[in-house]
Amino acid sequence: MKQILHIAYRELNSFFDSLTAYVLIIIFLGFSGFFTWIYGADVFFLGQASLDTFFTVAYWSLFIFIPALTMRSIAGELKAGTLELLLTKPVSDWQLILGKFLSTFFLIGIALTPTLFYYFTLWAIGPVDHSAIVLGYLGLLLMSMVYISIGLLTSCLFSNPIVASLTALSIGIFFHIIFDVLAANFVGFTGSVFSFLSLSTHFESITRGVVDTKDLIYFFSISFFCLYSSKMILSNRNLQV
Amino acid sequence: MDIVVEHLTKRYGPQKAVDNVSFRVKAGEVLGFLGPNGAGKTTTMKAISCYINPDEGDVKVGGYSIKEHPEIIKKNIGYLPENNPLYQDMNIIDFLEFIAKIHGIPKYLIAERILDMVRICGLEGEKHKLISELSKGYQQRVGLAQALIHDPEILILDEPTTGLDPNQIVEIRELIKRIGKEKTVILSSHILAEVEATCDRILIINNGRIVVDGTAEELRKQAAGNEILKLGIQGGDVNDIFENLLNLETIDSVDFIDIDKQLFEVQSLKEETSVKAIFDLCVQNNYYISELTPTEKKLEDIFRQLTLH
Repeated sequence: MKQILHIAYRELNSFFDSLTAYVLIIIFLGFSGFFTWIYGADVFFLGQASLDTFFTVAYWSLFIFIPALTMRSIAGELKAGTLELLLTKPVSDWQLILGKFLSTFFLIGIALTPTLFYYFTLWAIGPVDHSAIVLGYLGLLLMSMVYISIGLLTSCLFSNPIVASLTALSIGIFFHIIFDVLAANFVGFTGSVFSFLSLSTHFESITRGVVDTKDLIYFFSISFFCLYSSKMILSNRNLQV
Repeated sequence: MDIVVEHLTKRYGPQKAVDNVSFRVKAGEVLGFLGPNGAGKTTTMKAISCYINPDEGDVKVGGYSIKEHPEIIKKNIGYLPENNPLYQDMNIIDFLEFIAKIHGIPKYLIAERILDMVRICGLEGEKHKLISELSKGYQQRVGLAQALIHDPEILILDEPTTGLDPNQIVEIRELIKRIGKEKTVILSSHILAEVEATCDRILIINNGRIVVDGTAEELRKQAAGNEILKLGIQGGDVNDIFENLLNLETIDSVDFIDIDKQLFEVQSLKEETSVKAIFDLCVQNNYYISELTPTEKKLEDIFRQLTLH
């Protein structure tokens, strides 16, 4: 467990050292703040004390940012040769994967923390549905978990970070919209399968305030599958230099 | 801790990088691993340090197999990979601290160990620099420091002196020698002089197979062959001396090295020595010997002989 945290901490530091973290946080806060408070369907336009707009903006921006954060996690270490350095230390393949996963997850957490001010502001100006907001954040974290795992897997598969990032994004698009569109076009069993596969279905059901075990199983199983596959690829050292 | 390599085989596609290699390194020994580029040195070292899985065979370190207990082995090995990969965006102290934590060194000891490493590896003046700002020689020292920080019993160094200037090479060699007194060291190189200077035992590997296993002395003896003498004789006509030398029974061939200085290269027949015969010849003809040096075959020649096929 300690090893995982050491790796995650180092990785998180390197996000900050390389300015990646600052750029991510500034753009994310800029975007979400702009759309939540100033433009379009903002809080004052709607006249409701709800953060739905923020969650929609975050839902899309995280989807685009995460592949850019994960693309170098394994591929970069492999290219620099530091993967060899790490894996010849007392670190198991699982610990390495989980450490990498956690570092990005923490970074997303750090980017989301300042947005709690939106929540407090809203609380000050109107009656807020607290559980909807807590679950909205939970939904964002669960969604990030899935996309980070997908990003890690593609980073294991492709040594070129750009390829890894674009592949993660294309896989993500299926979960993000395409399954949803397909679900709308099919009826019966096929339709319900696509609807189950669509991430937005589960995300919406959580942000609506309903936490179903089905949704949790969905998020955790996709993440586990991707992390496990990454671990297997790493263990076989089937990595392309 | 002993290292036992048993029938190790590793393929990359159809090519066998290491082919049925077996050897044993005793605790406290300094082993030099020699071979031309692409001979399989790095692959073998990667297998010992649990980075790659061999296709066949096994490696046991202190009785533990790399397949079953890699975590125990990794704790006891300090490994300096080829090309010395480091996190370029970290500074030396942070980097060493990270490695120390990964090794599970207790918190109260970490600062002390880092300072020790900085002192031993001569990094004092640079310790707050980013690794990317360091010269190659200093980066190599950081590589050594990270391999040594947990005080491992076994040290595996893959070409530790490549890219260093002559002074740095000497320093690193001294360092390895000092460390080698207490630890088991496996060191790879394609420079013979380096291995001869630092190692107790030499292992030459070529095309994935072990060609020679022994000390530098044994290696010389094995490839020595016939006696070769560098001989200078004065006090007579060069051609007469040449003729007379050729007529000696124990001599196989005579070559001129320098006619003006009357220097010859004399090769004796197998398992014969011609020193006494030459001396008698000089006495009979009133010549005198100006030089008589046995020529040793250089290790470089032996190395070429063994690996060029």
